[in-house]
Amino acid sequence: MRPDPGTVKPAERLDDVRMDEVELTTPVGSADIGRLKLGDVVYISGVLYTAREGVYRKVVEQGVDFPASVRALTNVNFHCSPAATGRPDGTYAVEAVTATASFRFGKSMSRWFERSGAKVVVGKAGLTELAYREWFVPHGAVYLTTVGYGMGAAYGRCITRVLDVHWLEALGIAQALWVLEVERLGPFLVEGDREGRSLFALANREINLRLEEVYRGLPPYAMGRFGETTSRTDEIV
Amino acid sequence: MSRPIPEKLVEDTARELMARAAIDIPADYRDGVRKARECERNRIARFVLAEMERNWDIATADRRPMCADTGLPRYYVRAGNEAVIEGGFVALERALRKATADATASIPLRPNRVHPLTRRDHDNNVGVHAPEVTYAFEPRADWIDITAVHKGGLFGTDYRMLFPTDGVAGIRRFFVDTLVEFGKRGLACQPAIVGLGLGGSKDTCVRLGKEAACLRVVGSRNPEPAVAALEEELTALGNYVGIGAMGFAGTSLVVATHIEVAYTHTGGLPVGMHSFCLSSRRATARIHSDGRVEFRADPMWFTDYYRREGIE
Repeated sequence: MRPDPGTVKPAERLDDVRMDEVELTTPVGSADIGRLKLGDVVYISGVLYTAREGVYRKVVEQGVDFPASVRALTNVNFHCSPAATGRPDGTYAVEAVTATASFRFGKSMSRWFERSGAKVVVGKAGLTELAYREWFVPHGAVYLTTVGYGMGAAYGRCITRVLDVHWLEALGIAQALWVLEVERLGPFLVEGDREGRSLFALANREINLRLEEVYRGLPPYAMGRFGETTSRTDEIV
Repeated sequence: MSRPIPEKLVEDTARELMARAAIDIPADYRDGVRKARECERNRIARFVLAEMERNWDIATADRRPMCADTGLPRYYVRAGNEAVIEGGFVALERALRKATADATASIPLRPNRVHPLTRRDHDNNVGVHAPEVTYAFEPRADWIDITAVHKGGLFGTDYRMLFPTDGVAGIRRFFVDTLVEFGKRGLACQPAIVGLGLGGSKDTCVRLGKEAACLRVVGSRNPEPAVAALEEELTALGNYVGIGAMGFAGTSLVVATHIEVAYTHTGGLPVGMHSFCLSSRRATARIHSDGRVEFRADPMWFTDYYRREGIE
């Protein structure tokens, strides 16, 4: 039995993360999104689509409409490019899917949510809590991170069909918008919840506690570099 | 005079290497990850590593790429001094480029390669200086060795010009800095085989660091005792940092550290570092002059001749 989320306190330490298993079907409803807790192990069934910088450039910067047919089917955006190839009969084979690092798309996300209706973003490595609060929380969106990374084969096996592909010619295989039918695609981990908390932020706080000790005996460099952070608790994303 | 190695044989072998590298995780690295999982105290990091092992099983069973980001496909070629290739090295390069384009469609690999400014994409991983081919030679041999490597390209790599006054402490500092930078959130897709290139010029240390990461098997040691001792010390230091798989607080950050050196400027200590990730993809074959092809797990790239110190 899953506990009522109202009674479970948000994890404050990695050891408190329960890793409850959750099955989501698309489009993912608001109640399901609200129940997701940091570190829950998520499997998705239904339809999702790939979109990354190429698609964002079109939809967010150039103002091209997000395909209405896709919006009607799903609200799950996977930050990835498939290892895909065309078959002689004109259909496509997608053998493996692996996410790409999502922090690079942060500044596009707010406008993207408005134009695409996406509520669930699946990607690699998440964004900062600041980014979630500024760009995700106002749209009721959450972030799931892939596991590994590089579970391309295991994820690829969960793709049952390529339903459609948009902008293949303009953007190429890696950047096109692929619409994929999936069955129990996962596991993913809930990294950014609806309140904007981050699982990686929990992890980083624990890592940072130790860094002073790790750096003992490691002197500053003879020559510095411009643009460099000097705080070990800073992140580079 | 050796019999010439046919261009077609080079092409067929290279295409097979592209597939094996993309699909089958090398056993030496897999053993290293299993040990890292068994030592890992963090529950989420352990879960991640168990899932990765399951992913490798699926890749091999289904003949699918283990990771859809099939990196930047490239080749390392060692030619025996007596080896002859039908059509010469121009034919060999044509064969390697053709095999890359064909493998991109047949495996499939993700067509990652684009023009850096226009982002032009041939959808086949071939372009200007793509795939890279790195050459080395071996005396008294009439075979050619080809190793295919698919290495991710974005995170976990850095370069820094250190100086003799920085010394070993500076190398340790750079090593830890790079691990912490890219280890958080698991950007480096750790636990990794870390390769360090020490010395040479800027480009030499970056090249050697990559070769150390990608072309030495886990469990190998640099033959120079002082270098081997530093390899062990850095592996222990890396796993003491406190970062595990995917950046969860833990101990599974470095499977092995491989260091290669090159004689450098008397005033400098340049260092390049690379992380070969949870999809450490490499495969090697030797093509003999009689047409036999032997596939093997160990690239055997760092031969005594390759590391020679004197004139001969």
